[in-house]
Amino acid sequence: MSSIDFPLEFPHEKPSEFSFSETLYSWVATVDHKRLGLMYITTGLLFFVIAGIMASVMRLQLAFPNQHVVQPETFNRLFTMHGTTMVFLVGMPFVAGFSNYLVPLMIGARDMAFPRLNAFGFWVFLFGGLILYFSYFGANGLSGAGSAPDVGWFAYSPLTERAFSRGASTDYWAIGIFVAGIGTIASAINVIATAVTMRCPGMTLSRMPLFVWMMVVVSWLILLAIPPLSACQIMLMIDRYLGGHFFDTQAGGSAVLWQHFFWIFGHPEVYILIFPGWASVSETIPVFSRKPMFGRSAMVGASVAIGFISMSVWAHHMFAVGMTSMANTFFAASTMLIAVPTGIKIFNWTATMWGGKLHMTTSMMFACAFLLQFLVAGLTGIMLGVAPFDWQLTDSYFVVAHFHYTLVGAMLFAVFSGIYYWYPKATGRMLNETLGKIHFWFLCIGFNVTFLPMHWLGFLGMPRRIYTYAPGRGWDDLNLIASIGVIVQAIGILAFVWNVVRSAKWGKPAGDDPWDAWTLEWATSSPPPEYNFEKVPVVRSSRPLWDLKHPQDPDWKYE
Amino acid sequence: MIQPVAFLQAAASPLVEHRVADMFKPLATPAHTVFDLSLLVMGITAGIFVVVGGLIIYAIIRFRHKEGGDPDEPPQIYGSNQIEVAWTVIPILIVFALIGVTARVVAGVQDQAEPPGAIHATVIGHQWWWEFRYPDYGIVTANELHVPITTGPGEHPTFLKLESRDVIHSFWVPQLAGKTDVIPNRENTMWLDPREPGIYFGNCAEYCGTQHANMLLRVVAQTPSDFADWVAQQKQRAAVPTDPQLKQAQRTFDRLSCIACHAVRGTPAFGVVGPDLTHLMSRQTIGAGVMENTPANLRAWIDNPQAIKPGCEMPDMKLSDQQLDQVVAYIETLK
Repeated sequence: MSSIDFPLEFPHEKPSEFSFSETLYSWVATVDHKRLGLMYITTGLLFFVIAGIMASVMRLQLAFPNQHVVQPETFNRLFTMHGTTMVFLVGMPFVAGFSNYLVPLMIGARDMAFPRLNAFGFWVFLFGGLILYFSYFGANGLSGAGSAPDVGWFAYSPLTERAFSRGASTDYWAIGIFVAGIGTIASAINVIATAVTMRCPGMTLSRMPLFVWMMVVVSWLILLAIPPLSACQIMLMIDRYLGGHFFDTQAGGSAVLWQHFFWIFGHPEVYILIFPGWASVSETIPVFSRKPMFGRSAMVGASVAIGFISMSVWAHHMFAVGMTSMANTFFAASTMLIAVPTGIKIFNWTATMWGGKLHMTTSMMFACAFLLQFLVAGLTGIMLGVAPFDWQLTDSYFVVAHFHYTLVGAMLFAVFSGIYYWYPKATGRMLNETLGKIHFWFLCIGFNVTFLPMHWLGFLGMPRRIYTYAPGRGWDDLNLIASIGVIVQAIGILAFVWNVVRSAKWGKPAGDDPWDAWTLEWATSSPPPEYNFEKVPVVRSSRPLWDLKHPQDPDWKYE
Repeated sequence: MIQPVAFLQAAASPLVEHRVADMFKPLATPAHTVFDLSLLVMGITAGIFVVVGGLIIYAIIRFRHKEGGDPDEPPQIYGSNQIEVAWTVIPILIVFALIGVTARVVAGVQDQAEPPGAIHATVIGHQWWWEFRYPDYGIVTANELHVPITTGPGEHPTFLKLESRDVIHSFWVPQLAGKTDVIPNRENTMWLDPREPGIYFGNCAEYCGTQHANMLLRVVAQTPSDFADWVAQQKQRAAVPTDPQLKQAQRTFDRLSCIACHAVRGTPAFGVVGPDLTHLMSRQTIGAGVMENTPANLRAWIDNPQAIKPGCEMPDMKLSDQQLDQVVAYIETLK
């Protein structure tokens, strides 16, 4: 380990002509972590567009009071499928996709620890998603059940029991998500095994990139959180088909039991969803500020702490179910406590920018908007954590605003920051910056126009998941504003889709290291060859390429 | 003659309708306690937002790299333990203060002992309407909860017992109290003490199926004497029609399957699936708040509820025009 002497030049893969079926076969049969990563992310983006269109129809329905754009059953299916899709088929593949693509590259490995398990995970996940969507064709239900599931994304019992959800739509929800969960668990095991066993020489845990650290934490969370969900889905199927009574309140079952199972999964889940966003900006903010991450070890500690605390806050989703005052106070306390490590993260990102030289690329703009919007989401989260305030706010539009600030304003914006940052690595071409800025400004303004007013809708007593409302409740104007914002957001997303499609072919060639970055993925070609690195890299600090570029002032002197 | 007229005018003077259920205009103790706490919480979070958001925006503007500026890298700062400790400890102190206040308010609202003389009502959630029972008075009504106001000694809060016949619902009237879920096979409680007479609007706040949106809720807060009048009136059995045409109308109603689901106390109708109709005409709305209770609306509702509230449990009974006329005429006598 005397020197860092891996080459920056790599032989590029020779372009050759393949027929369509050969190309298709190579993608279907691939076990390459990079291809699987891209397949995960592309699948996630496709589902994102589908679920986004669903959301637009819902906003059209709610733009004015007493609208009749869709039937009530249709609306209920729309918000169920929108939520289920966004959580399980958009957020989760982003986790798996980003960790698949980047973890081996960042730790100087050739592939994931279990490449075939990796491929299995992707295909099982996709199969689960298709099962869910097949409900639109396959699940003929009786009155009130209809085609797609209409029980809400957290599928509270006993609404899901046979007495209230006839037909098969709820079964498609339970089985589809159960199957997708198997794929997610496979991918999480793989990430942990890869990060633990396949780091290149010199890469101690303290030198492992923050991105990889966060992906390891999130993988542990997946391993702990998905099994309770799978368990309660199986219990639900036992209730529905084998005469069980776990959640069957008419036969003495417990409705609250489902909520405990679901949220023991569900609260870690929202941290699972936001982690790839945090991981992305933990790479982009330092690079575009031209400074190392401020308080790296505190960041790692905060991530691990969030991982632990997030397992103990689940019942803050249940303040209104009539728990004892003791339980309510406990879960209020643990919920507010999680604000501390979350605050540490925000402070560290800000301190990283402080005194730097901020390069305002599209990626960095998304990261900055992420910081501010995540701040809003965190603070409204504290308001919801205060149990008595939550008695008013829960299940209102305030909650809708809060979690969209978390999952769109924070997670999605951070993921876009990551996509603008790593797209050149994955394709060898830059995304267009002008289109990128159109994307950013329209999405940012549209997002806030849509979701900021929803906080006030909650204050004015508008419950979530209503398909219509009467005029005169004080909700008319705010709903119209929220719906107008959707049009603005849609323009931004169109600019993004066009940017991704056109840049793949006509984008400016990126070169290996367009951002003058510091982690190992930039030490190989763009796109990387199948084997990633010709020689196994050796690192001596958390910023190996910085050491290489600044031999007179390397990081390892200070770490 | 003067006194009855004055009485009639007083009775007819409409209660203030609080259609906009603004949780920041609380008019009962539980909502007010939460409101006070929320002001504190929002003050703290707003302060944090201004300080941290200000620093972020300042950093974005101040430390922007200018095109053609100094190409050198900025000083590489790796962190500072003192700073990390500072921004760990200060939030911990804020959080501890908040937890303390929260614990006090939780106990204050939730563990409120029931004073002697409290009014009791049982709220029963149904897909998609509310049943209200007053066990002390033997009254059953629907969708509009009548409670007395509480302004001084001798006036009593209302303690609610929450039950559900089917799935989970949630009782939420923002100006009076936070929501409490209405869960089958479980008994929850909450209490209200409205300060001002008025009609307070609310909604079912837990998704409960197709018509969750139209499971609306009104709390009618009355002065104790008006409430006592209402109780006395509701205790009565349904008036027996004397007019021969209305008698015929009642016979039609009793022979149709209306009575399989609905009850009219003092008649053969004692179904328990749908709302009790004994004093339907004293209620402001039909269909759990989906429309005003006018003769025309009532007729349209009975004719085909599925057109007005698609998916609701009441079927289109395919009544002939004559039957429809008779049923509406009879129900209009249920004052």
